[in-house]
Amino acid sequence: MMVRSQPLPSRLVAAVTGVLVLAACSATPAAPGSSAAGATFVVATAGEPDTLNPVLNYGVDGASLIFDGLVARDAENALVPALAAELPTVSGDGRTVTATLRSGVTFHDGSPLTAADVVFTYRAVLDPKVDSTLRSDLDMLTAVTAPDPATVVFSLKYAYAPFLQRLTLGIVPAGVLDGQDINKAGFNRQPVGTGPYEVESWTAGDRLVLAANDSYWGGRPANRKLIVAFVPDDNVRAQRMRAGEFDAAELAPKLAAGFDNAAGYTVQRVSTADYRGVMLPFGSAVTGDLAVRRALSVGVDRAAMVTGILAGAGEPAFGPIPPTSEYADPATVGRASADTAAATALLDAGGWVPGADGIRARAGVQAAFTLMYPAGDSLRKELALAVTADARKIGIKISPEGLTWDAIDTRITKDALLMGFGTPYDPDFVSYKLFGSKFAGQGYFNPGSYRSPIADKALQDGRDQADPAQRKAAYATFQQQLVADAPWVFLTYLKHTYVVKSGITGVSPRVEAHEHDVANSLWWNIHTWTRQ
Amino acid sequence: MTPTATARRRRRGIAGAGAVVRRRLLVAVPVLIATSIGMFLLGAASPIDPAKQYAGAAAFTATEENLDQIRANWGVDDPLPVQYVRWVGNLLRGDLGWSTSRHEPVTAVLGARAGWTLLLVSAALALVLVTSLVLGTLAAYRRGGLFDRGLRAAAYAVEAMPVFWLGLAAIAVFALTLGWLPAGGLTGVTATTTTAADVAWHLILPVGVLAISQAPWFVLFVRDSVAESLRDDHVLAARARGLPGRTVLFGHAMRTALLPFLTLIGTHLPELVGGAVLVETVFSLPGLGAVTVQAALGSDFPLLAAITLVTTAVVLTANLLTDLAYAAADPRVRLDG
Repeated sequence: MMVRSQPLPSRLVAAVTGVLVLAACSATPAAPGSSAAGATFVVATAGEPDTLNPVLNYGVDGASLIFDGLVARDAENALVPALAAELPTVSGDGRTVTATLRSGVTFHDGSPLTAADVVFTYRAVLDPKVDSTLRSDLDMLTAVTAPDPATVVFSLKYAYAPFLQRLTLGIVPAGVLDGQDINKAGFNRQPVGTGPYEVESWTAGDRLVLAANDSYWGGRPANRKLIVAFVPDDNVRAQRMRAGEFDAAELAPKLAAGFDNAAGYTVQRVSTADYRGVMLPFGSAVTGDLAVRRALSVGVDRAAMVTGILAGAGEPAFGPIPPTSEYADPATVGRASADTAAATALLDAGGWVPGADGIRARAGVQAAFTLMYPAGDSLRKELALAVTADARKIGIKISPEGLTWDAIDTRITKDALLMGFGTPYDPDFVSYKLFGSKFAGQGYFNPGSYRSPIADKALQDGRDQADPAQRKAAYATFQQQLVADAPWVFLTYLKHTYVVKSGITGVSPRVEAHEHDVANSLWWNIHTWTRQ
Repeated sequence: MTPTATARRRRRGIAGAGAVVRRRLLVAVPVLIATSIGMFLLGAASPIDPAKQYAGAAAFTATEENLDQIRANWGVDDPLPVQYVRWVGNLLRGDLGWSTSRHEPVTAVLGARAGWTLLLVSAALALVLVTSLVLGTLAAYRRGGLFDRGLRAAAYAVEAMPVFWLGLAAIAVFALTLGWLPAGGLTGVTATTTTAADVAWHLILPVGVLAISQAPWFVLFVRDSVAESLRDDHVLAARARGLPGRTVLFGHAMRTALLPFLTLIGTHLPELVGGAVLVETVFSLPGLGAVTVQAALGSDFPLLAAITLVTTAVVLTANLLTDLAYAAADPRVRLDG
């Protein structure tokens, strides 16, 4: 049905426009266009938050629309002051961070923002009684105090260069939540923040209705209302976008590509720091061998994966720091297409000799291993099959196996796994645990037990040094060491794809993290969007 | 047979109803207990870690210590009997517990969503009953005719179509190409209030799709049993007495065929609920469907147990009503026997 309706785009658009005009006339008295400030925007996403409380992990990287952190990120993901009057200052030893609050900020309920609210928010995260997974990210934080109502002081266990990046966490009002069980507070569904929008209603499984906060400290929002529709099914979301219900929707790359030539829509392909790669455990005789790992790394066809599997919505990956980051080392970028000759040369030099069936072997050990992928993730499945096919060409036999995470957990230290990680904000965030030897074999943190003193030192330097130039040098060393040791075969960075109706101004894509739903999506700055 | 005799017989038919209801309630208690214990045992056998499910993507960056604290806060690592006794104790006090996958009290989840699922299922069931009785009877009347053959072909075709496919096809035709009906959601996406008319307008497609996907079984069943009863002695006798065709068809043949049809409804109800889960997903309706899947994937005992109990209670009630209806419709069935 969907395929058959596509040869008739003009009729479809005409029908859709007709319905739209009717809907606009009957539903909203102030039809879009009559006044730019009267507009309602409707966006659709698959990911419905479980809670709207930042302490319980809602929009912790900022751009949560309802809340503000002490700092926020601009279109380039650079830190800018938000609830703090200016960027917080760091003491010489790096262990004391002081923030001065912006004056005159009020919460949606009219109460003023004070340092006590900031202290309450961070203490709630650190409280073991509160079911917050953010504690893992703030394990350097020992105390938060408020010497006066406009100043907040963070005391750290150790100097942590990217600490300011952790201050994007939304601030909640202490007055509303104090004395309550934060895990079960009604606040989690009907929150009060300082952000550009306040929550009007949330119908779980259906939509979140946000109304403009006219006393927003950052200026009155350019539109009146924002509706986030939760539509989990990709095809349904695409169909409803086509039916004209949404101004913007997040869609899978192949579905978004269907809008490329449709009049009235713009497709946005937004770069991310979200990479996919094959984690190779060092404990196995095959994947533990440097020649095998490096041969796989040069032998996979990343360009084909980007065009074939991702429908162009991606970039080849050669390391865990995205090419859009200022810390990316261009010297580590390799060839996007497969270099079969180099791969076979590496295997020959490593002593892996092709057998009668074409599979290489060394000292009676066949170059064969199992590659696990989460069975429900079709993208990782396709990537795993592509790696399997590429490896077969250089004489390595991979058996792909789709499993549930619970089954993967029990084998993660022994078998290769198609994993994904990545955050654009700081190279320390994920990589420190993922490639540091002290986390070897600890759950999802370095499951392959990669141990390199050079990488360890570079990661530690990156965390200890406050000077950006020194950090950059440390992360360059780290990336080069990963290329030399190939503990992972990095495959691709993903691009998040969105379809936006034409005639909307203010859309400003920025590099995204893996998580993107209500917060941190293309609509991170939707309070400045207007219709032409 | 005089009207008073019929009435007397009917009264006798449902005379034992009170006793039956009491007896069924007595049976329902152990059934519900067994179901809830079964739920807990299945949950214990599940390898899924509710804390990791709760953490979502953060599970990959959270420390083991952090996840342990969360598990301890919930008491999910306590021995199973302890958890079960705690759950039953809370249940008796009217507290269904806290849903770990939805981050809400279980009663709030059920309260907000069960109504929509019930509305969808009952509207679809009513539609299925009426259309299948009418269409099936008409097809049986002219067995082998054009209408009969067309209806059977259509029924077999629909039986082969997965319900989500039907849903997507309906959206493509009625919402996208023709633009007659909304493609999903409970209300218009920009609506400020939930009005009955708006909801009804949005439920036309989902109810229609669910009804059509379930209709073949009912239509074919009605057609076969009406066709059968058209050859029964009492129907032939009625015809022989010269009664009009419509009276014979709907008054005699269809009434006989109604009895086994009631049983079919009772047994088919769970399938209808299953179909509703898929329809809710395709049409983005905030019913119980999506949360049930989420609860199962997240090892959310309290929510799963509550949904199972409610479903079990609904099925038991449906069975009871079927039996009572049977007794009312067929004088030969005795409830007190």
